[in-house]
Amino acid sequence: MTKPLEIEQEIPIVVSRGSSKSYALQESALVKWTLITISLAFLALFLILPLISIFVTAFENGWATYVASITEPDALAAIKLTLTVLVIVVPLNAIFGIVAAWLITKFSFKGKNVLITLIDLPFAVSPVIAGIVFILLFGAQGLLGEWLFEHDLYVIFALPGIVIATLFVTFPFVARELIPLMQMQGITEEEASISLGASGWQTFCRVTLPNIKWGLLYGLILCNARAIGEFGAVSVVSGHVRGMTNTMPLHIEILYNEYQFTAAFAVASLMSILAIITIIIKNIIEWKAKDV
Amino acid sequence: MELTLKKRKKNTIIPGFSLTLGYTMIYLGVIVLLPLSMVFFNTLSMSWSEFWETIAHPRAVASYKLSFGTALAAGLLNVVFGTIIAWVLIRYEFPGKKIVDGLVDLPFALPTAVAGIALATLYSPNGWIGQFFDFKIAYTPLGIIIALTFIGLPFVVRTVQPVLQNLGSELEEASASLGATRLQTFVKVIFPELLPAIITGFSLAFARSLGEYGSVVFIAGNMPMKTEITPLIIMTKLEQYDYVGATAIASVMLVTSFVLLLVINIIQWYTNRKFNLH
Repeated sequence: MTKPLEIEQEIPIVVSRGSSKSYALQESALVKWTLITISLAFLALFLILPLISIFVTAFENGWATYVASITEPDALAAIKLTLTVLVIVVPLNAIFGIVAAWLITKFSFKGKNVLITLIDLPFAVSPVIAGIVFILLFGAQGLLGEWLFEHDLYVIFALPGIVIATLFVTFPFVARELIPLMQMQGITEEEASISLGASGWQTFCRVTLPNIKWGLLYGLILCNARAIGEFGAVSVVSGHVRGMTNTMPLHIEILYNEYQFTAAFAVASLMSILAIITIIIKNIIEWKAKDV
Repeated sequence: MELTLKKRKKNTIIPGFSLTLGYTMIYLGVIVLLPLSMVFFNTLSMSWSEFWETIAHPRAVASYKLSFGTALAAGLLNVVFGTIIAWVLIRYEFPGKKIVDGLVDLPFALPTAVAGIALATLYSPNGWIGQFFDFKIAYTPLGIIIALTFIGLPFVVRTVQPVLQNLGSELEEASASLGATRLQTFVKVIFPELLPAIITGFSLAFARSLGEYGSVVFIAGNMPMKTEITPLIIMTKLEQYDYVGATAIASVMLVTSFVLLLVINIIQWYTNRKFNLH
């Protein structure tokens, strides 16, 4: 994933392109509009039409069916489970992201680059593998399987398994946003605060946090979106128990495979609205960060 | 800046080193490293012939070829169209540009399963788009390429965009004033500057595509030997409680992703060094 926050921060100096018309500094209008048309056509085909089709299919049988699809007990259970997972996963990974970013940007030590690569590791791993590793660890034949069974603890095909698989796939999001940002800000402000007698915690709350709040929020939004939508990893560890261990994406899969297309797309439309809100918040944050 | 930081950090007065180091290592170990090591740990418990038979099974090999080929095709499509889109978004003004720019992030924000069912419905033989084609798109490798193109697009656009934005106009002006046409300037001056970003974007999209599951399963059709991607083979083996077989295939995928990650890091390290020398 790239660092879009940085994209906006450097405002390019545009040297009056229009004034030097004798040089070939711009494409002809024909080339320009051809490229714009190609771009828009590509985006329409791959992004806009799929998005529109979700809402059209969701409302195909009218408003009443739509409401019924998203308020039936299994759908509500799926929504509740997804929210529960979210409430556990996002704060845990946010704390880790802040701690790891503090460690990496405030101190110098050997093996720092290796550590950064290890933090990024979950991005490189297929979601299906992110699921299977927890089966190998906690499953019936897994390393801890017998111990868990003896103590009546259920991880796989239960909430803890879904939570830990989601923790894995969303692991790097907050850290990845904070590390470059805090690296850029350096350590002089924190040093000044400490030498004036503030404690480490005071320094973090009053000096560091205000400096990183937009980057942190941005990481949280990305982590949130992925935690809501994770499919592959959760699919492996959940066991697809209806009304019990089905998150929203898994509920959509079941409805779709049962040819209940309208219901599947109704739940999908809810998730699409969340995705659109995510994009809007992201743009507001980028705009705010540029102002600071 | 970098130099002074390095010198000063040796005896910094900022507190919390052992606390943050300890927390980071334990959390990283429990959530990521220990679970991932299970794949290799379990693979080592297999005999070599057993391992080889699983990973070299014709069905598995067909899936590697399919996953690799479709990820490559989607990556190349994204290189062409992603670069054009990045160019259009940075260099031109047109109505609705801000909305289009925001929409590029949709594949990051939209759950993969939602994207999967939407694309499968659109490109199926009687779907909005599928009906205009004489040949089948969904449930063929073509459908897989479409899903992977959707997933990979933002990687290319969002890596090329900042480079294009920060590209000074001096080089272009020099090139133009020396008599180059606009096309020559693009091919010989702008494109070489963009190339490292394009390669990085391609590698990121490619790596993501190799492991992608959610958006592909709905549109792929999942026919063994024909449209069965590698992550789906792992899924099928898991459903049959063949944990050993699933782990063997998973280890092949893991090694592939680690090699890719290494390549991406080397490219980035190389470009950083190149730019620092300027």
